[in-house]
Parts: sequence; C-alpha cells; structure tokens
Amino acid sequence: MRVPESWLRTYCDPDLGVEELADEIAMHSIEVERISHVGAPSPDAFVVGRVLSVEKHPDADKLSVCEVDAGEGVRTIVCGAPNVAVGQTVPVALPGAVMPDGTKLGRAKLRGVESDGMILSEAELQIGDDAAGIAVFDEDGLAPGTPLSEVIPVSDPVIELEPTSNRVDCFGVYGVAREVHAVTGADLAEAPWTDDAEATGKGEVTDYASVIVEVPELCPRFTARVFTDVEIGPSPLWLKARLIGAGLRPISNVVDITNYVMLMTAQPLHAFDLDKVPDGALIIRTAKQGEKLTTLDGVERTFDDDAVLVCDRNGPSGIAGIMGGQVSEVSKTTTRVLLEVATWNGVNILRTSRKLGLRSDASNRFEKQLHPELAIRAQRIASRLMVELCGAKLVPGTIDEAADIPEPHHLELRTERVEALLGMPIEPKLCSEYLKRLDFEVSGRGKTLKATVPFHRHYDVTREVDLIEEVGRIHGYAENLEATLPSTSGQTGRLTREQRLRRRAEDALRDLGFDVVVNLSLTDPRMHTRIRIPDQELRAQPIRISNPLSAEHSVERTALLGSLLDDASYNRAHGAERVALAESGRVYLREGSSPHDGVLAGKFVGNRPAPAFEPWRLGALAVGELRPAGWRDGAVAADFYSLKGMLEALAAQLGVTIEVVPGDEPFLQPGRCGRVLVGGEDAGWIGEIHPLVCRDWDIDAAAGFEIDLAPLVAASPSGEETYEDVISYPAVHQDIAVVVDEAVPAAGIRSAVLDAGGELLRSAEVFDLYRGEQVGEGRKSLALRLTFRAADRTLTDEEVAERRRAIEAAVQKIGGSIRE
Amino acid sequence: MTDRIEEIRKEAAEAIGAASTTAELEELRVRHLGRKAELTQILRGIAELPKEERGPVGKAGNEARRELEGLLESRSAELDASELGTRLAEDAIDVTLPGSPPVPAGALNPLIRTQREIEDIFIGLGYRVMEGPEVELDYYNFTALNHPPGHAARMEQDTFYVDPSTLRSDLRIRSNGEELPPGPEDVVLRTHTSPMQVRSMEAQPPPIFIVVPGRCYRSDPFDATHSPIFHQVEGLAVGEDITLADLKGTLDEFARAIFGPDRETRFRPDFFPFTEPSVQVDVSCFRCGGTGKLSDGSRDPLCKGVGWIEILGAGMVDPNVYGFVAANGYEPERVQGFAFGMGIERIAMLKYGVPDLRKFFENDVRVLEQFR
Repeated sequence: MRVPESWLRTYCDPDLGVEELADEIAMHSIEVERISHVGAPSPDAFVVGRVLSVEKHPDADKLSVCEVDAGEGVRTIVCGAPNVAVGQTVPVALPGAVMPDGTKLGRAKLRGVESDGMILSEAELQIGDDAAGIAVFDEDGLAPGTPLSEVIPVSDPVIELEPTSNRVDCFGVYGVAREVHAVTGADLAEAPWTDDAEATGKGEVTDYASVIVEVPELCPRFTARVFTDVEIGPSPLWLKARLIGAGLRPISNVVDITNYVMLMTAQPLHAFDLDKVPDGALIIRTAKQGEKLTTLDGVERTFDDDAVLVCDRNGPSGIAGIMGGQVSEVSKTTTRVLLEVATWNGVNILRTSRKLGLRSDASNRFEKQLHPELAIRAQRIASRLMVELCGAKLVPGTIDEAADIPEPHHLELRTERVEALLGMPIEPKLCSEYLKRLDFEVSGRGKTLKATVPFHRHYDVTREVDLIEEVGRIHGYAENLEATLPSTSGQTGRLTREQRLRRRAEDALRDLGFDVVVNLSLTDPRMHTRIRIPDQELRAQPIRISNPLSAEHSVERTALLGSLLDDASYNRAHGAERVALAESGRVYLREGSSPHDGVLAGKFVGNRPAPAFEPWRLGALAVGELRPAGWRDGAVAADFYSLKGMLEALAAQLGVTIEVVPGDEPFLQPGRCGRVLVGGEDAGWIGEIHPLVCRDWDIDAAAGFEIDLAPLVAASPSGEETYEDVISYPAVHQDIAVVVDEAVPAAGIRSAVLDAGGELLRSAEVFDLYRGEQVGEGRKSLALRLTFRAADRTLTDEEVAERRRAIEAAVQKIGGSIRE
Repeated sequence: MTDRIEEIRKEAAEAIGAASTTAELEELRVRHLGRKAELTQILRGIAELPKEERGPVGKAGNEARRELEGLLESRSAELDASELGTRLAEDAIDVTLPGSPPVPAGALNPLIRTQREIEDIFIGLGYRVMEGPEVELDYYNFTALNHPPGHAARMEQDTFYVDPSTLRSDLRIRSNGEELPPGPEDVVLRTHTSPMQVRSMEAQPPPIFIVVPGRCYRSDPFDATHSPIFHQVEGLAVGEDITLADLKGTLDEFARAIFGPDRETRFRPDFFPFTEPSVQVDVSCFRCGGTGKLSDGSRDPLCKGVGWIEILGAGMVDPNVYGFVAANGYEPERVQGFAFGMGIERIAMLKYGVPDLRKFFENDVRVLEQFR
C-alpha cells in the first residue's frame, strides 16, 4: 500500500518529518516497508510560469521559442510541444532543477537558441501520463514564480506500508490517516463521505437499472447509482498525481474516480457503461461450471461453480470483486455510467482469485472482508467526484440490495485487565481517548468502559482482548513496556533423556569424523527407484504433497540414504577428497509403529494421533578413504568393517552393544550387508553401497548405515547405571583358534563358545582370522581370546579345563575343531 | 687366613671399580663370589679350621663378601644407567614428522548448533523442550490456532497439503468410503511449530513453559532468504499472570544470550490469528550497536541503517486458542501467557554471517568444516 505523503497530510498533518511520521506508523500501527519517492528528488527550481509569447524557431520546424514569465523577469525557453500557446499557465523547470530521472537541467542551446529553462509535460514531472505535450493548469490566479510544489506534488515521498490481513481499513489513505491521528493526536479531517452529491438527473435510478442478487450469502450488499451526461476525459492533474503516487496509472476520469475512492477508503468500486448493459439489468449469481469471460486485461477466464459473476442478460459482465469484463467497459464514448459498490464474501473472493491466479487491487481488499456499511460511503464520495469532474448528473435514488447488515459490536473493557495482560499500566482516561481517536464510540469511565466498534474494524475487533491490543499499541510498546520475567516456571528446565542421548549420538558421530548434515526432507518421487527399492515396499510409497513447487521436492523422504548420496556426490564433484557424512533426522512413513515410547519413536503428545509415522534415524555414508594414509600407516577404506567399527563405537558411546547379522537391502552390495540388531530388535542396515547405486551418483565405492535411534536409546544404560564392585580375583586368559567351514559366521562361532563357557567365561573376542594351507581349502581359522573369571574366588586349573572341554565340544557341534 | 681374605677383598674391589661393562662385572661376580671362588671356598671350609680361627676367619670372610656384593651392586647400577643412556641416545627420532593420521575431526551443521544454543538458553530459563509431528492435522496447524476454515491467514501461509491417497486409508475417508470435505481432518505439512502449542496444552495442564524446535514447510520457492523447508523454535509460557512485559523480559534475555550482552528488543504491532496482542520483535543491531552506522560512518548493511533487525513474531496467546484446551485447565478467563516463534535459519544467518539460506542445505564440507 503506497501512501503519498502529501495526500496523507490532507487528512492528518502532524508536526513531524516524513521519516518520523513513518516511524510512528511502524511502531504503533502497521509495518513500513520503505519510504520511496515519486517525482523530482527536490522541489527546488520548479515554478509556475506564464507563456507570454510563442514564435517559430528560425531553424527548426518542430520547436517554438517562447517568452515565459517565471517570476523573476522574462525568460526565453525553447519548447518542442505542439500544444504550447500564449496565455497558458505551465510548470517550468529552471536551470539547476534536478529532474525525476536524476539529470540536472542547465542552460542549453537548441539549434542556436539558448533555452533558459524547460516547460514540462506531466510525464516529465511524473505527475501524470501525458507525454504528448506540456501540462497546462486550468486554475487562474496562479502567480508566475509560485513554487510548483504549492500547486502539485513535484517531489513527493511515498510511505510504503504492509498492512496485515486484519487491517483492511489501512488499505485506504483515510484509514492510515486515522491511525496517524490516533498515534499523534493531530487533528483528523472530517470524513470524506460526510456530504453526498446533489441528485439532478432525470427520473429514478430504477428507471435505468435493476439488480437481482441470487446469492445474498456471497454478496451481502450490492449498491448501484446511475449517472447521465457523463463527459469522459482526462482527470485533473491533482488526481493523476495522487494515483501515480499510489502506484496506479491514470486512465480516464470515471475509471480514475473509482480507483481514487478505493485508494482513499479501501472500498473498491466498479463503473459500467450503462449502455452496454441491456436494459440496465444486472444479475449476481454463481458461475456455471466452465463459463467464460474476457476480463479487462484481455485474458479469457474460465470459472468453476464457486465463482460469483456480475451478469447481464447475455451472460457474464464481470467477476465479482476481482475484475470487470471488456463487454461493459467504460470507453471514450460512454455517456451513462452505472456505478457499482458492493460487498462480497471475502473467503469466496480469496478462493476464486487463487483459483484464477488473478489478484487485483479490488480482490486484495475484498478478500479481507469489508463491512457492508462501507459501500454507501464510497458511493457518496464517488458521486460528488462524478459530478465535479465529469459534469455528470446523478440520477436520484440508490439501488441497494442488502442482506441483513451486521450490527456493530458493543464491547466492555475492564481497564484493570489492560495492565493485567500487558504488564503496562494505562490510565482509563487514556484508554478511552485512544479508542475514541480510533473512531470507537466510548462511554463510561474508570473500571469499565463500553466501546462500540466502528464498521471499518468490525471483523477485527470483536472481544475485550482486541480492545486491549488497540490501547496497548497506541500507548506504545517501545516507549512504555517494561521488561520483566515470569515469576517462576514451576519446573526445572532440562532435556529429556532421549533428547540428551540424541545429542550424545550426534556428537559421537562428529567425533568419529563424520560431518553431521541437515538435508531437505522433501525429495524426488523417483528416489526409491534410484536406490532400487521395489515399488510394493512401504518405503517406495512416500507421503506426497498435492501442491508441490517442483517434482524434485514433492514427497517426504522414507530414508536418509538418498540425500546423503546427493551430498556425497555434490562434495566429490566439488573436489572433496574425503566424504564422511551423517544425518540425524526423521523419515516419514504412511504407517508403522515402534515398540518404544517418546518422540524418537514417532510418538507425540496430543489428543489426536499424528497422521504419519515419523521415527528418528541416524544415517551415515562414507566414500573413498575413511582415514587417509600416513607416512607409516596405510589408509582405512570406507568399507563394511570400517563402518561397522564406527557404528560399534557410536553404540559404545551410549553404552550399547550391537549385533550384526547377515541381511540384504536392494541398495547394498549382496553379501556385504547386514541387519543391525539392538537388544535383538532389528534397528536398521549396514553395508557397502551397491555399485550400480554408486555409479548412478557418480561416486566411488561407499559404505554406510542407517538405524532407528529409539532402540539404541532404549537399550542405553545411560542415566540408569548402578554401582557394581570391581572383581579383584585374577582372570585367566587363553587364546584358542577355531577352525570351521567358511560358511559358519564369526558370530555363530562366538556365541557357541560363549554359551559353552557359561558364566565363568566373561568374554570371547575375535583377534585374528586366518585362511590358508594349514587349515585347508574352504575352511578358516578364527582366533579368540577367552577371559575366564569368577566374582568370588580365584579359579582353579580344573575349573578352567572343564570349561575348555565344554567349549571344544560346542565347537565340534558346529563342525569345527580347535587348532593346537 | 684373614690376610688372604683381605688380599682377595682388595683385589676384587679394585677390579669391580675398574669394570667398564655389565658383562665384565658379571665375570667378576662369578670369579669372586661364585661357587668356585676362593672366598666362597674359604667360607665353606671354616668348619675344618682350628676352633680358635673359626670366629675371626668367618667374620672377616662374611664382611668381605658383603662388601663385594655391595660394590658389585652399586657398580652395576652405574653401568646400567650409562649403558641405557647410550642406548636411548641411539633411539632418538624425528619429532617433527606428523603423527599417525587421527580420525579426522567432523563438524555439526550450524543449524544443529544454533538450535541447541537456543534450546539451552530457554532450558536455563526453566523451559522444557518438546517436539511434534511434521505431517500434521489441519486441526492443530490451523483450526485450533484460531484460523477458521476459509480464513485468509491460512492461505497466506502457502501451505503444502498432503495427498490423502498417500496416507493411511482411515485418515481422509468417511466410513461410507466418501472423501471428507476440506476441514480440520485435512493433513498438511506443518507451516510452523505452533501446532505443538495445542498438542502440549492438551497433554499438560497449566503452568506450561516449553520450547518446540523443528522442521516446517511452506510453498515458498528457494531464494536467499526463503526455503520450502526451514526450522523454527516455538516458545509457549502460560500461567495465571504472565504478561506482555514478561515476554519482553524473556526475549531480552534471549537476545543477550545469543547476540551479546548489550542487546535489547523492541516490539512493533503485528497480526497473527493465534496471538492477541501480536508483535513483531526487533533486536538492536549487534554490528553497529543500534546506531545504523559503522565506525567509519557508513551505513550498516546488516540492519540497512535502521539499527534494528527483525528476528521473530510473538504475542499473548489468543483466548480462542485456550478455548480448544479449556477442558485441561486452560479457561480463557483464568490463564494467560505468551507465545513466540523464530526461524533458526535466520538466527544462524545473523549469528554466523551466512549470506544465503540455501548454504545450510547444500552441506558443502568446505563450509561445514568451519563449524567444528
């Protein structure tokens, strides 16, 4: 909303500069986006001049040499405009003036004749649209030499406002002026709708036009007036200047009047050429599905049956509240005008405007819901202007099709509540004063005020708390609001156990050398195909957005892997030698559940369950070398075992032991992937990325894992540890080598040994793997370090030997033997 | 006999003192104190001596033996020390060679760090951290936050709606198989973290002091300051007498903790359907100190010469919101409090001088490694 300062000051003119004025508005009313400018940077050296004589230029057909009285004697000015004539009062720029485009005017010779200034066109001044000739003032009695800024806004600051959607009243300059009045206390001019035009036309409005509203719930009020003897022409300069300042292009006096009144009051209007409406009969109805209309901008629009149309007998004539149609457009030949000022249902206007992708100054206001009472105000202002500026005659009477007009709200303000809610005392007298300035009717004093809400705030101020906001903001938060703290929260602030352990896990990943990333959670619907997940899997059926911005970001991710691959690929392409990435975040599944509690398991508070299943995951992906080679150590490749070591270290940070069993995932290399078990529960995968997937992302061999965090946190003893005495009896260590078939997994050997070892066998750790002649083809030897210990005694040789025999037996059972 | 002992002692003591290697010393030990050594033989043969000689010879022999043992031991220690020194000198290494490659240091995306920092500030003020779903019901995202169906503010938020056919079958379909009309049962990607205001008030009676960090979605195309996916931290404090002044005090504390000790906040009127009054909160610029000018007198580009930077929206919780949780102790006439919502990306951009929001999601390791 562009508010030209000069226009605003005609209604309310506090003793403040434009910057201070804008500050007051920003701190008390609505956001100020910026202060901009129309016209010249400065009004200096722009004056009123009178043309005393005009002669042809001796050397140029199209130029005239004029003698102009510009206040300080007579000047010679060369002018190229065809309309220059003796006796005209014109705008003149003297040498030294800076033009709106920034150029500084000097004395210049034009084909040998020196020009001591310049007679200006509207366009050159940015006060109008006419560039064909110089601007000519109608007003008599303007003394030559009068500063031009006293006549028209030569250099006008524009305060650009961003009113919030509840403040439709501030989409009108008078509404902004009312705010300035409330904030500064400076006088507010009488409401511009106070006086109506005199109706001098023939007959009654009903002789000319009729209106049928078929949908009163969508059109709470439709008013129409008729004007005859309309003379279409350009608007006067002052009106053009205001429109241009407010950002609209002048078109013709009738159209300009409708725009001007809208910019003043926030109530849009629409003018019909009455002679293009058969019998003056208008019908307000919803569109038929697929009905079409070419709007004023020349575009053919198609409607669904929610759209409301203003129709004549032949069909649509305009889209209600959004844009008129070409069929009834006011043109140069128009002589009779039907002026529509209506109230529409804001929600309906908003929907239709969204569906059509068509927003207009009118729809922007209507969609915020105007009160029906405002319609008649706009009729009164516009009628006077029609008479004054178009020589029109107003036909007596107003067509007024109105459903019940909502009564104003009568509210109570308990003045003690103001301080209780804001923590800022405001005297009852001031509360009353502020509300009155905002055009509320206020009665009572002291503890309880009674306030009647003005129509222009009807939909915004409906409760006591809304009144408190009004008095609070006018009183001023910046000046008067203290900074205090709530007395107590009644609780200690802290993270939950799962939040604490999640941070621990993220830190552990970082300390293990991973860069912990944050990826977009919306992804491409083809992602599951790229990571080879079959269509029938849940992971291949992501939650989809109905109205995405792009296909690339149209579904919620069901795995962390895809964007980690994207990141890896991006970084490799940008020259990173080492890429080890991890993400801690959610995936989104249409269904599913976790045996665990809490937000990591996708369980959220609230009476209504969450629509989707959103478990928290940890994912990691490493490409190339996980650790670089040094001058004496070799590099550690990002392969299954190095990633498994990382995952084990991560789990160990949380005090958890994980188990990995053979498994498969379509995006992992067969035979090099496993399921990660936490306390026996499947928590996710670990493995080397399938070469085809790596090729798709153009990365070298990679490995990674992705696990649910909830089981890890549930298995962690962190925060629930209890003290245990350290065992002081000596341990007995023995190393054994178990020779088995290749196919027997290490975990199988280990668990056989541990089971057989019983409670005396505290641990059995793998420390070597051997394949070769000594064990024979198709067999391997796995070396384990056994630790025997009892909590209450020193073990005897016989006790240990007995366990050893049991272990040998167990190994034989799985087809192995102990190598001596 | 005692004379002989004295001779042996003298000779051996001299030899021990002159020994220059531990091997030589060991040879001397065997020669003078070994089983076949003369002194050993003398002591062994004492019983065969005449009675009167046994005492003096035994005494002298044992004394000599002890003395030689002592000398051997101390000379041995001397030689050990010198030999070790020589050996260690030979073992010297080049300490300027690099260490074995350690695990390279990883980094946390600055959004994670900023989120944690914000959480910790409010934890210090007595708040708990809660989290809610991102795929959310219209009811929590809009309806219960005083955005009735058709409300303009719903549309302003540029909501992503979820295609019901991609949700659990029971969610968007009536029992007779017909799809539900638009309304609270619609499923959206939450446009803010505010839905957790209602969810948490349903779960916990007043007083409540929580912050809610999390991911949000709006159909804003990517540019330097917008992303369809971004992060917010919501704050909610409701009790019996919490005021707008308390909101200001709380946000002042926050601004100082995150942007420096001299910061202050400023409230301007704004509009949000779920707060009344609503305010926009500015923090005094931490680069120019609020003057709008840099030390060389030029205009501060960070605050655009204004001296203030917009950081968040806030307000007093609208009574209509309490209306949706009145059954859990939130009667609109009895409770009051404030809510606020800030963008984590915006705070991180200001704090770390990141010029473009998209950088956070690019995950370029050359950027990340700046944030160990």
